[in-house]
Formats: sequence, C-alpha cells, structure tokens
Amino acid sequence: MIKVENLHKKFKDLHVLKGINEEFNKGEVVVIIGPSGSGKSTLLRCLNRLEEPCEGKIYFKNCNIMDKISNINQHREHMGMVFQHFNLFPHLTVLENITLAPMKVKNTSLEKAKEIAMELLETVGLEDKAPVYPAKLSGGQKQRVAIARALAMSPEVMLFDEPTSALDPEMVGEVLEVMKKLAKRGMTMIVVTHEMGFAKEMGDRVLFMDEGNILEAGLPGEVFNDPKHSRTRDFLSKVLRA
Amino acid sequence: MDFSFLSRYYPMYITGTLNTLALAFFTLILGVVFGVVLALMRLSKNPVLRGFASSYIEFIRGTPLLVQLYIVYYGLPQVTGMRFPSFFAGIIALTVNSSAYIAEIIRAGILSVDAGQMEAVRSLGMSHTLSMRYIIIPQAFKNILPALGNEFIVVIKESAIVSIIGIYDIMYSGNIIRGNTYRPFEPLIIVALIYFIITFTLSNLMGIAERRMRISD
Repeated sequence: MIKVENLHKKFKDLHVLKGINEEFNKGEVVVIIGPSGSGKSTLLRCLNRLEEPCEGKIYFKNCNIMDKISNINQHREHMGMVFQHFNLFPHLTVLENITLAPMKVKNTSLEKAKEIAMELLETVGLEDKAPVYPAKLSGGQKQRVAIARALAMSPEVMLFDEPTSALDPEMVGEVLEVMKKLAKRGMTMIVVTHEMGFAKEMGDRVLFMDEGNILEAGLPGEVFNDPKHSRTRDFLSKVLRA
Repeated sequence: MDFSFLSRYYPMYITGTLNTLALAFFTLILGVVFGVVLALMRLSKNPVLRGFASSYIEFIRGTPLLVQLYIVYYGLPQVTGMRFPSFFAGIIALTVNSSAYIAEIIRAGILSVDAGQMEAVRSLGMSHTLSMRYIIIPQAFKNILPALGNEFIVVIKESAIVSIIGIYDIMYSGNIIRGNTYRPFEPLIIVALIYFIITFTLSNLMGIAERRMRISD
C-alpha cells in the first residue's frame, strides 16, 4: 500500500533519514521502535509529507506522492494521522473537531457527518463528550477523540506518531485499547511508539531504527527475542529492563 | 466654569460625534480587511508579496499619520488629478495607517497558534486556505482580541487629527464652539468627555467579546 524508496531527509547538516527502503502492506500493523533521534517520527511524517523529504520516492497505492502533479491533499484524505500532542482544535467542540474535515473536504452533509462522528465516538467510548470542548478532556480522552477525528475521513491507513508518549501512565491503556480495536478490524497501521507491549502483542512486523536507517525488521518475536544487531540488543535491554 | 453654551451648541457635538463614529466604523472594517490581507502576504512564501507587505508596514509605521493624511488629501489630487471629498480622504488615510498596525497584530496572532494545529488540519486533507480559514485564523483572532481592541481605541482617538482637513468630527465641532464662544476650556472638556465615553464603551464591549470567546477554554 505504501512503498518507500531511497528516502533521505536532512535538517540543515543533520542527516536524519539515510536512504530508507520499506514497504507497508494493506492490513498490516507495523510498529517502528528505536531510540530518540533515530528518525522514526521523521519517517512517519514524510509518509504524508508533513515533512518534505530531500530525496527519494514514496508510493501510495502505486502513485508517487512526491510528484509535483500529485495533489498531496487528496492523498492525505486517505492517510489518517494521530499526533503525540493530540492537536485537537481547541475552539471547536469534540463533535465539530470530528465533523469539520468530512464536511469541508468531502462535502459530507451535516447530518451524515454527525452520524459518522457519533458512531466513531462510540467506538472510542466517548459518545457523551460530543458537545464538550477539548480543554475539558483528560489526555487519554483527547487522544481518543483525535483518533476518531482521523477515522472520520475513512482513511485506508493510520499513522500514529508516539500516540501515548504525552500521556499520564494511567491513561496509556485506554488509548492502546482503541488502537487494538482498530488493528483487529483490519486497519492498516504504522505506529511509532515506545510501548513495547503493544509492539509485541499487536505488531505484524517490527522495524528497529537507529541513526536514520532501518537496522532490523521482522516479526515481533524475532526482533524482541533474537535481535541480530548489537544496537538492537542494546536498545531492547534498556527499554525492557525499565 | 460655564457650560451654558451647550444649550445652543449641542447639535454641533452631535453631528461631530456621528461623523467620528462613521469615520471610525469604516476605518476599522477596512483596516481589519486590509490588515488580514497584509498579514497573510507577510507570512506568504512568495518573496514579492512578502517584500511588499513588509515595506508597506515598515514605511507606514515609521511615518507620522499627519504626513500620511496630508499626502492623501493634498498630494494625491496633484498626482491623480482627482480630488476626494475630505471625509473620503480621511477614511483612506486612517485605513492606510491602521491597516499596517492591525496587520502586525494579526501576524503575531497567526504565529501564536501552535504549529501542531496546522499539521493536524493538513493531515486531514484540508487545503492551506481552508485550514487558515477554519482553524488558524479563528484561534488567532481569539488570541489578539485584546490587542485589536486597543488598536480600535487608538484609531478612534487618533481620528481627531482629520479635523485639520475640515472633516466635521468631534474635535472640529469643539474647535468651532471654542472660536464662537471665546472660551476654550469648557468646549474642549466636552470634546474629551465624548471621546472618553466612546472609547470606554468600546473597551467594555471588547471585554464582553473576549469573555464570550473564552467559552472553549
């Protein structure tokens, strides 16, 4: 579904991505792990061009989205994204947060958009929060609304950029539950996370990134139990001990 | 202190007040419209638009309103061959002036909106224009309402300067009454009071608007 070829990204002198080649298949849950600064978030953000790659090709459903002629907005409609800091729209209610994009981008009618939004709020367990402003929600609730907002565009793939890193520990579980629900429904997901439990349980594949390269890729069992690179072993021993 | 002149001259104050209000109303509407346009130009990726907006704003902020007013009222007719009615010239000069200040306020407001907001709305497939309209600008306006209210008050006060080209505003009516009665103090006190009532009312209205917009906090 998404194919990345020789992807490079530099921030001034900092070479963050050093020629990434990878393919993400339909229905797959891919978990990207690695130390901070390894380029995993940058890779994810390049996939919908929130970060502009310096070099390389990104194919989404066989269409090179790096092409000047391809309209990035159209591709983004089909790629939902969830951010570390939720980024809910504070001046809109929970319901309006979810209905805005379908109405403005897809011209969905207000009734239809509300109907979809309420269904999604039920999925994430927050149907009673529809008329509330985001400031009144806890972090976990905000992130669940953010997931519902992304789902409202009926995306074909969901990108999660450290969705639980900004949460209090007791709220991590509720967000992971929603993500597991999605995965079980067959959603294609690419997840950058430090939640090794989620990676082991839900990941179809795990990618380990370090210094701008994908060092290791494989089934969770392989990567966690039998890492081939010393860097991977190093990283795992640090995070799994904690 | 003798305010007995009021019984005879009060209609002049009323005319003056209505004219000041009309002048301020048009200036503020046009000032916000051009201010938004200039702010967006200054934040644009296009270097020509950005350069134009920056020079305009710097030049206008760096020159006296009185000079700008004279250029519009006395200078432009010479160059264009058209003579504007003084009221019209007043609105142009005040708009030219206030739009530069309002543009800077709005630009600061747009920059104050968290970058994550733009990323979130763009990630949903909305265009840059839609994102600005529905997400960034509404939040920017909320942030800058106090500064904008301040600028509105400044415009109303500074508008007194247009009396110099013969626009019949509050200041102008005060000047006439001062000349007719040979008493400068009382007529000017009334002028000051009228300006104060207008600006004080406006600042209260802005306070109400601010509280309304804070519902989502």
